[in-house]
Amino acid sequence: MTSLTAEMLPSATEILEPSPGAILRRRVFGDWGVMIGGGVLLAIILMAIFAPLIAPHDPLDQDLYRKYIPPIWHDKGNWEFLLGTDRLGRDFLSRLIYGAQISLLIGFSAMLISGVIGTALGVAAGYFGGRVDMVITFLITCRLAMPVILVALAVVAIVGSSLSVVIIVLGLLIWDRFAVVMRSSTQQIRNLDYIAAAEASGCSTMRILLSEIMPNILNNLIVVATLEVAHAVLLEAALSFLGLGVQPPDPSWGLMISEGKGEMLFKPWMIVLPGGALFAMVLAVNMLGDGIRDVTAPENRN
Amino acid sequence: MLFYALKRLGVAVLVVVTVSVITFSLLHLSGDPAAAMAGENATQEDIEYVREHYGFDRPLIVQYMEWATSVLQGDLGESIYLKEMPVVEIIKVRAPVTMTLGACALSFALLLAIPLGVLAAIYPNTIIDRIALTIAVLGQAMPSFWFGLILMYTFSLGLGWLPSAGSATWKHYIMPSIALGYYAAPAIMRLTRAGMIEVMSSDYIRTARAKGLRPGIVIFKHALRNAIIPVVSLSAVQLGFMLGGSIVIESIFTLNGLGWLAWQSIQRSDLFVLQAIVLTVALFYIVLTFLADLLNAFLDPRIRVR
Repeated sequence: MTSLTAEMLPSATEILEPSPGAILRRRVFGDWGVMIGGGVLLAIILMAIFAPLIAPHDPLDQDLYRKYIPPIWHDKGNWEFLLGTDRLGRDFLSRLIYGAQISLLIGFSAMLISGVIGTALGVAAGYFGGRVDMVITFLITCRLAMPVILVALAVVAIVGSSLSVVIIVLGLLIWDRFAVVMRSSTQQIRNLDYIAAAEASGCSTMRILLSEIMPNILNNLIVVATLEVAHAVLLEAALSFLGLGVQPPDPSWGLMISEGKGEMLFKPWMIVLPGGALFAMVLAVNMLGDGIRDVTAPENRN
Repeated sequence: MLFYALKRLGVAVLVVVTVSVITFSLLHLSGDPAAAMAGENATQEDIEYVREHYGFDRPLIVQYMEWATSVLQGDLGESIYLKEMPVVEIIKVRAPVTMTLGACALSFALLLAIPLGVLAAIYPNTIIDRIALTIAVLGQAMPSFWFGLILMYTFSLGLGWLPSAGSATWKHYIMPSIALGYYAAPAIMRLTRAGMIEVMSSDYIRTARAKGLRPGIVIFKHALRNAIIPVVSLSAVQLGFMLGGSIVIESIFTLNGLGWLAWQSIQRSDLFVLQAIVLTVALFYIVLTFLADLLNAFLDPRIRVR
């Protein structure tokens, strides 16, 4: 009799076992990548949102009388312009802060466009298989054969450069990783029992894709989405550096590096500061992406 | 093997056709290539002249067929800017510079990434693994053009060891190769590490160890040989990406290659040259990945059956 009640009651280990949510929380807060990367990224996002409140000056306000003021740690530094001014006398710190807006805007928008295209193609290829898969795999191969920067430059040069052109061009060019990862993730769960059960119970294809497949590949999607933001930010900076991305006088970090490279020898901070900002943002986004992968699917490491 | 090779070749040819269509349509994206070519200050007459001279007034499909036919005959058109010089000749002069840069950059990436990947795999979760991973994470976040500028600032402007611009001697290639190759190293390192860890836990490695073979022989002769197979195709892909991405590095170090030519052509609205460069780089990528597929199938017979 006593043994029966002991079996009916949950054992001590079962009671002490943390819930899935608690495990996830513990993993998230114990993961250096998520904490540091996410923290830095959050700081940059807040900085971009509240740029008008934080920036000490108007980033476009020129004054040739105060050009090339060095940063504050130099002898000739000026407390009014903490990080100095550029060749048109614009406040460097304010331009850096507003530069975050442009980088994030382009990074996230390009990621959204490429994410929609890539996920649709990848999930379709993985779910339907056969000819559909063949055609989509072929499309991915063709996309990979097109050199991204060259094509982006060519399009921007022919169509003309503006913020929306850069976003659309990048969005249409970098969907390949979404498609590849979503395709293999879908393939992995395609033949599991719950998909078969949904099919047998007469769910529509759309419903299976959206409410059976998508939730189960969502963690991979988030990881790729994060890494693609970083990819898009780097590409935008490269395009702007070459003079075919964001156009002056808008403050883009890539453009600022390009403007500073002529003065690099005597004013190295003009490339170190915007480059460092770019590096920090991309590093934070990458660390966050790697961290999310480690947290949600530790078996996919490496 | 022959069947597999023919199948891959068939796919490669189809990719070439698709890519050529895309490359061709790039020129027509703006709606009016004649206006784009004639430049901003062109009069209506100039534009009309360009349109008729290059036949832009004909149906697109006719233009594409004519363009494709001449490309197949090795004729990529004439440069508008460089005194109507054949584009093929210009590319023949510039391509070797970019090839050399790509080969050096890939060698640098492999020399950095494979030893690091092997070390990280042999000592997983140690300080060595951590350092290798840190290098990978930093490398992936480093904008290559910024890294190139910092190299230039340090080694040519600061220390004066290396020339900062041009492509005259082998010394000119050192910094561009490092700046371009560093970006490819993380992916290669991660793949080497993952492959090595997987292989090191397999039965035949245990057998080799049980036989009493020296660790060096086990690692390099037995393990690395098998772990390196996926790195072969990744290297081909990365080399293809580097040829496309070299435009940024070439413009910093004024290396006289295809990338620099592409940048110059954009500035001069020399669209036929730009189109030819995009096509050339894409072709290189397709050939490289095709060869890598064959090499992979040769190294790993399981692939041929699939």
